[in-house]
Amino acid sequence: MTGHAKSYRTSRRSLLKGLGAAAIGISLTSPKRSAWAAEEPKLNFYNWDTYIGETTLENFTEASGIDVNMSLFATNDELFAKLRAGNPGYDVIVPGSEFVERMIQANLLEPLDHSKIPNIKNIAPEFMTDAPFDPGRKFSLPYTWLVIGIGYRKSKVKETPDSWKVLFDSDAYKGRIAVMSDASELFRNCFKYLGHSLNDASPELLKQAEVMLIKQKPNVKAFHEDNGQDLLLSGEVDLVMEYNGDIAQIMTEDDDITFIVPKEGAMRQQDTLAIPKGAPHPENALKFINFIFEPEVGAEITKTILYPSPNAAAVALMPEAYKNNPVIFPPADVMAKCEYPNYLGADFTRLLDEAMTRLRAA
Amino acid sequence: MATRTQERRLAFLATALPPIAWVVVFFLAPLAIVWAYSFGQNAGLTEVDINGTFANYTRALEPLYLGIFAKSIFVAGITTLLCLIIGFPVALSIVFASERWRPWMLMLIMLPFWTNLLIRTYALIAVLRTEGYANFTLEWLWNQGSWLMTLVGLQPLGEFTPLQLLYNNFAVVVGLVYVHLPFMVLPLFAALDRLDKSLIEASLDLGAGHLRTLLFIVVPLALPGIISGIIITFVPALGAYLTPDLLGGPDSQMIANVIERQFKRANDWPFGAALSFLLMYATFAAIALRAYFSRGKAADGHGI
Repeated sequence: MTGHAKSYRTSRRSLLKGLGAAAIGISLTSPKRSAWAAEEPKLNFYNWDTYIGETTLENFTEASGIDVNMSLFATNDELFAKLRAGNPGYDVIVPGSEFVERMIQANLLEPLDHSKIPNIKNIAPEFMTDAPFDPGRKFSLPYTWLVIGIGYRKSKVKETPDSWKVLFDSDAYKGRIAVMSDASELFRNCFKYLGHSLNDASPELLKQAEVMLIKQKPNVKAFHEDNGQDLLLSGEVDLVMEYNGDIAQIMTEDDDITFIVPKEGAMRQQDTLAIPKGAPHPENALKFINFIFEPEVGAEITKTILYPSPNAAAVALMPEAYKNNPVIFPPADVMAKCEYPNYLGADFTRLLDEAMTRLRAA
Repeated sequence: MATRTQERRLAFLATALPPIAWVVVFFLAPLAIVWAYSFGQNAGLTEVDINGTFANYTRALEPLYLGIFAKSIFVAGITTLLCLIIGFPVALSIVFASERWRPWMLMLIMLPFWTNLLIRTYALIAVLRTEGYANFTLEWLWNQGSWLMTLVGLQPLGEFTPLQLLYNNFAVVVGLVYVHLPFMVLPLFAALDRLDKSLIEASLDLGAGHLRTLLFIVVPLALPGIISGIIITFVPALGAYLTPDLLGGPDSQMIANVIERQFKRANDWPFGAALSFLLMYATFAAIALRAYFSRGKAADGHGI
């Protein structure tokens, strides 16, 4: 299953910060305002590390009188594992789109009352309609979106690597490439390269992808744990399979690096805001989600995390360098070939994992 | 004196209960739950149906997984051997160091151990990668060598090609040895420290060389410490997953990586539990073997 950790979390810059924050938990408390509510003025927010604006939580407390207690998770699997045994007290969570579908199936999410989130109007309409993992967006709203592609060092490639071929099926860059170690992300992008939908749950197609990757393995330097941008930045590899937001962040440090979505199309994802079943403060959670979709708030978050934002009103407030960045917003014709991954069921999940185990053991 | 016996029994209970409760609540009960999971199967996304099936164990004994077990045992074995080869002289030198230096030397062994494993592993990445400190040092030496060659009128050395030290099995073994060295050095130190030094003097006085004294006097006397060291190095090395994850290459998968995936991405807790228990049985076997050997010793009358 997808565990697209925002890998910069474990980069040198943020490692210490991340550990520190995880150890103490970020607890922002300020003197309580005269907010009268049936619920106590508290909110437990379970988020990825470095995935919120610098002052967003303080501003929310200022505006609403509700104290936010943010704790951090590192992968969708961790989030799912925590919630599957019963909600330990979270009010707002940030699951990836593929996990939204799983969580809806497992009855772990609370339906969202759209009438209490008027700022939904700020979200670009395609994100409300094009969401096969949550039709009608009854359970989740888009926080960021992201797409997998190839991050590469411009001076080290002969021509633009605009096809998955360079990573999956070619020795042109032997020993200088790294791919993701997540079975779903790796194999299902191979499906795209092989001309199929990434939601094509056929064991034969999976076998074909496995044979191709076993043949490719001697050319691969590493199966990375979502730290592909670090491998690229440190010169360890020259081409890497990674999410666009992660590459956009290191491009600010090294202008020899860029990113492309392969012409065959790729897997796209959304990180969403949702309320888990059994949330102790559901009213506060709705207020918080509504606050996030304020244009200024969305822009403040985007300035910090640099991920593509589905909040159209917030994007309008961003500088041109962000709005016109082809890495953050890849061309529409390529994006049209990208797909959200469906949850393909327990049996196919097992087949994917076995294929990964065989690939790594081969 | 029934009352006194009763009192004693009460006192015994009072002191024994907390540790027993601790073991039951925090060790046996969770372990029993995982053990029960290993005889179940997924029923839906969040439920496990414990129905007494052996399917998970049958699957775990397929050649694919046995191969990964074998590889993990091999890697952990190499790690343990290297730890022993490096750790023994280190422990010996600490034992024979002056009282003033000894605490500092022990401190040097312990210090990395107090640092978070993740941080130590990232530090190793910074040392070993292509543009890392190990390669910087080698490049500097190479260039100095090249300069010396031209100085004496020879052809300079060619361009320096950085060594591929990271993302392969070599890096995994280096990482594991680095992390597990304290586990080996401390029991060795404890065993060697207790050793009666007059026996060494006697051996040397009676004409045995240093090497012979080491091999035939010191090593046999320190054997219990050596075996302890081997076991408490081997067992965690066998279950390592962070090190192969972060330092390993395309084929550096160890059994704990497969187990981790079952509990996370694959969402197959029953199968993960079965694999974990196979690993645990291997651990029990190692400990039982140790008990067997030390009992043999005791029966021989050379017992420690």
